Amino acid sequence: MHSSFLKKIVPYTFVFPALLLLAIFSLIPIVIALLISFTGLDITGLGDWSQIKFIGFSNYLQLFQDSAFLQSIMNTVVYVLVGVPLVIVISLTIAILINSGRNGFFKMMRLVFYTPSITNTVAIAVVWTYLYNPSLGLFNTLLAKVGVGPIGWLTDPNVAKFSLIILAVWKAVGLNMLIFLAALQGVPRSLYEAAELDGANYWEQTRHITLPSLKFSIFFVTVTTLIGWFQFFDEPFIMTKGGPLNSTNSVALFVYQNGFQNSNFGYAAAGSFVMFVAIIVATLIQFKLQEKQRGE
Amino acid sequence: MDTGMQDISKTSKILVGIVLMILGFLMILPFLWMFLSSFKTSTEISLSQSFWPKHWTIDNYENLFTNGSFGIYIKNTLIITMASFIGLFLNAMAGYGFAKFDFKGRKFLFMAVLATMMIPGQVTMIPVYLILNQMQLTNTLLGIVLPGLVGAFGIFLFRQFMSNIPDSIVEAARLDGAGEWYIFFHLILPISKPVLAVQGILTFIGGWNAFLWPLIIANDQKYYTLSVGLQLLQGQHTSDYGLQMAGSSFMVIPIVIIFVIFQKYILQGFNIQMDK
Repeated sequence: MHSSFLKKIVPYTFVFPALLLLAIFSLIPIVIALLISFTGLDITGLGDWSQIKFIGFSNYLQLFQDSAFLQSIMNTVVYVLVGVPLVIVISLTIAILINSGRNGFFKMMRLVFYTPSITNTVAIAVVWTYLYNPSLGLFNTLLAKVGVGPIGWLTDPNVAKFSLIILAVWKAVGLNMLIFLAALQGVPRSLYEAAELDGANYWEQTRHITLPSLKFSIFFVTVTTLIGWFQFFDEPFIMTKGGPLNSTNSVALFVYQNGFQNSNFGYAAAGSFVMFVAIIVATLIQFKLQEKQRGE
Repeated sequence: MDTGMQDISKTSKILVGIVLMILGFLMILPFLWMFLSSFKTSTEISLSQSFWPKHWTIDNYENLFTNGSFGIYIKNTLIITMASFIGLFLNAMAGYGFAKFDFKGRKFLFMAVLATMMIPGQVTMIPVYLILNQMQLTNTLLGIVLPGLVGAFGIFLFRQFMSNIPDSIVEAARLDGAGEWYIFFHLILPISKPVLAVQGILTFIGGWNAFLWPLIIANDQKYYTLSVGLQLLQGQHTSDYGLQMAGSSFMVIPIVIIFVIFQKYILQGFNIQMDK
């Protein structure tokens, strides 16, 4: 009796520590975030819980009248609409190019393209801030040689957003390229050989064999990249602080600024939930599209 | 080799090689520029933008430690990185529990673990801060480490790998009278070396690069990590690019070296991920 109880308990001892931490730092916080998004929790409420007032949907209503929040939504939409397709097309192209060879050179290229993905975002942002410097930066120096510029990479409100996108795409390409490469290497060679016998050229083979075989990984990369760009944070936070004129501010950065710089925890939590819902909706749409494609 | 390659002619292969070389050069150009600039004097940086430093100097690196507090930042970063290996171990334990035991609620709990992957960091950021504040762990190293200690993705990968270990091996050990923890330490962990290697490297990279939690939790410079310290450095020495590039090189180069050494394992890790 005693030993059978011990036996039953064993599996739980293995999973318990990890589950406890996940519950405290992932699952319970979701509930708390939802609750405080209906309150006016700020720095006084933090010290004295009796000061926390339930205010219903006021935070949410106020958000949609807050021009800074609306601007951050618009910016995030641009980030997603420009960034996601760029990442997918570029990493897929590079994966296909790298997949044309197996020797040391192509292995080294794999490494070269992956490197930005593993390096520290802060270091990268610091380096790119220097590259983007209007007078001392590498980019404007090179452009001046061909008579272009100077461009206010991070100081011109019309340009800054795209400067951050260039940097983020550069950083994201490597990881997704590896996912595509892993999928490409699983395509049966006999398919290509059969197509070649039928007289299909390289482009026809790419269009009718390679791309269809990659359907699932394209879907996977689309969903993860989409979620990532919805949460775009590090680059605007370190490089522009959301400026100039709020032109690079993202929803994620808006949440951080209101939560940790202005201590409006309730308001920030409401903002984060708007973002969460947007992510869920966008992901569901992707799943629906994927299903529809499969049905055809 | 019967998968994965289209046949192309020798000339087009060379063309592809040239295109890749140009693109690859553009990819690492920021790193080259960073590394070379870190050896330039500040006068040189403000006067000319030549590729090679005219007068090589290591003053910038010395300044990181004398003017900045990079010594302390390294110590904190290493402590945090080491601590995150405890998380790796907890992930392995949970992965084993889910892979090799049948217990009540297993399916539900595993789904709950996977569900946490979809929660955006910004949603949990504020509540986690409030929880840590309640536990009086703000401005401590423990508070920096705890929120990211275990992760659904790690648990998932361990479970995938350990599911493929034959049950008969575990059963045989039980018949020989081995305890469950003895089996885990002396049988399961040694077999799981490949996945431990991948996760170990990723854990190291993650710990070394940790930025957001150290930034939120540490108010005191004595708990800053390299990332937070570098960001502070950028704020304090806005136009001293030589110093900033030295700090950046200091963060980037160790990771690149580790990656080059262990890349074989990391790339294997991607195959594991793509199987399921």
